[in-house]
Amino acid sequence: MRIPESILQIDRRIIFLLIGAAVCIPLLLKPRFQDSPTPIVQSIFDTVERLPAGSRVFLSFDYGPDTAPELDPMAKALVRHAMTRDHEVSFFTLFPEGVGQIKKITDNLLPVEFPEKTYGRDFVNLGYKAGLGGAINTMVVNFRTLVNADAEGTPLDNLPITADVDEMVDYAIILSLTAGDPGLKEWIQFAGDIAGIPVMGGGTAVVAPELYPYYPQQLIGLMGGLKGASEYESALVDRYPAYRNATMEATMRMGPQVVTHVLIVLLVLLGNLAYFLGRSSRSSQAGRAGRAGRAGQADQADRRH
Amino acid sequence: MDVTLQLWIDAALTLMILSFLYRDNPFYKFAEHLFVGVSAAYLMAIGFWDHLVPNLLGKLFPSLMSGVVPGAVGRSPDYYYIIPAVFGLLLLTRLVDRWAWLSRWALAFIVGGSAGFNLPRFLDSDFIIQVQSTMIPLVVLDQSGNLLWGASFSHIVLVLGVICGLVYFFFSVEHKGVLGQVSRVGIWVLMVTFGAAFGYTVMARISLLTGRMEALGAWLATIF
Repeated sequence: MRIPESILQIDRRIIFLLIGAAVCIPLLLKPRFQDSPTPIVQSIFDTVERLPAGSRVFLSFDYGPDTAPELDPMAKALVRHAMTRDHEVSFFTLFPEGVGQIKKITDNLLPVEFPEKTYGRDFVNLGYKAGLGGAINTMVVNFRTLVNADAEGTPLDNLPITADVDEMVDYAIILSLTAGDPGLKEWIQFAGDIAGIPVMGGGTAVVAPELYPYYPQQLIGLMGGLKGASEYESALVDRYPAYRNATMEATMRMGPQVVTHVLIVLLVLLGNLAYFLGRSSRSSQAGRAGRAGRAGQADQADRRH
Repeated sequence: MDVTLQLWIDAALTLMILSFLYRDNPFYKFAEHLFVGVSAAYLMAIGFWDHLVPNLLGKLFPSLMSGVVPGAVGRSPDYYYIIPAVFGLLLLTRLVDRWAWLSRWALAFIVGGSAGFNLPRFLDSDFIIQVQSTMIPLVVLDQSGNLLWGASFSHIVLVLGVICGLVYFFFSVEHKGVLGQVSRVGIWVLMVTFGAAFGYTVMARISLLTGRMEALGAWLATIF
């Protein structure tokens, strides 16, 4: 078998192994690819940064564990930033599985990194609400109709952080971390465009291309996939160098991303090269066969004559 | 649950699913069926406790549900919630062939309600404001009147891309001559869009694979 044909018929399991190696080796060697924030990510950072201390931030975890490797780093970076700026954060989710994602932050990250922050005063978990876009619409029309207690059933009036929250517009910004529907798009449609509350956030890399058209008029900023999370982490470290030693998950995971993308580009180039080489060799073979065929027919015709 | 046990279950299921990359096998099938079963059960429980109990039973029987629905204590029953309850029950008539036609009333309400609810929002957010966002100056100047090359180029690409993309989907006239050329540019715009979306999808999948590899690494760290 010729080399181009053997490349085109390569066993797909070899490609799986190459991809696996391209992910595992950088995870072991831990190369750091420091990102610089692009304007679309920087605008989220600047908005959170410029809010006066004590501003109310609504952070919706619209994702489950299946997309956590992409969106957890965004959640951690946003929570670190909001807590460092002394904002009051209300956690919420439109995904049933989002409850567990919120608990990872409230039970693991906050007690370790911000032990001085207390539940009910600095942050609150409003839990999951059913109803997709309709839930957002209800909250915008009458917040207390849908949300009258936190996830544990404590009435909002009994919690200092939410005692004065009567409407959605009492929140300075809405942040959503999105894995699909419902998510950032619904927050734009039912909250941002109607109530005029600034909406921003992050999405998985699959969702991000659908959200870019909303920027900058309807969406203040967007973190697209792991790259967006890595950019936000860079902005955070640039502004608050104390976080340099914190585990920056997205920045760490950009190593496998870079190596794998280089590998995929090389494989695409190799596949195309093999295809075109194989095609030119097949066409030259066909040309030779055609000429030989015509010569043979001419010989037979000569003999008949 | 013990963290080590969690890691072992996590790693075992991950390896079972990844084994499909070699070939289909009973371990993969087991993990796949387990995932489907657990997801269905989880969503069913969520559907009951987070949808049905607070939004229907808590409204109709507040005193009975006061232990599980926050704010239900002392509230009087909202009897007009009987209407959605009846519609919900009508949906279940699909289970009986003889009565299945009744479910169409509930479905008609769902379709009509959803369309009426979503149409104005989509029209406003995804059409009118999107059209507004495309009406931008092609030549961008700073406050001193200097030309901003990058922003101007970006705006021109955006406006031309939208126009060419729209022309490609304009099927009332045959795509010949100038229209054909513009339509061809529209195809290129679409191809670039699909390429970008594919690139993003690759990034998403590699992120998930990285997450799984990290989980396997954490599991291996408990062994060695």
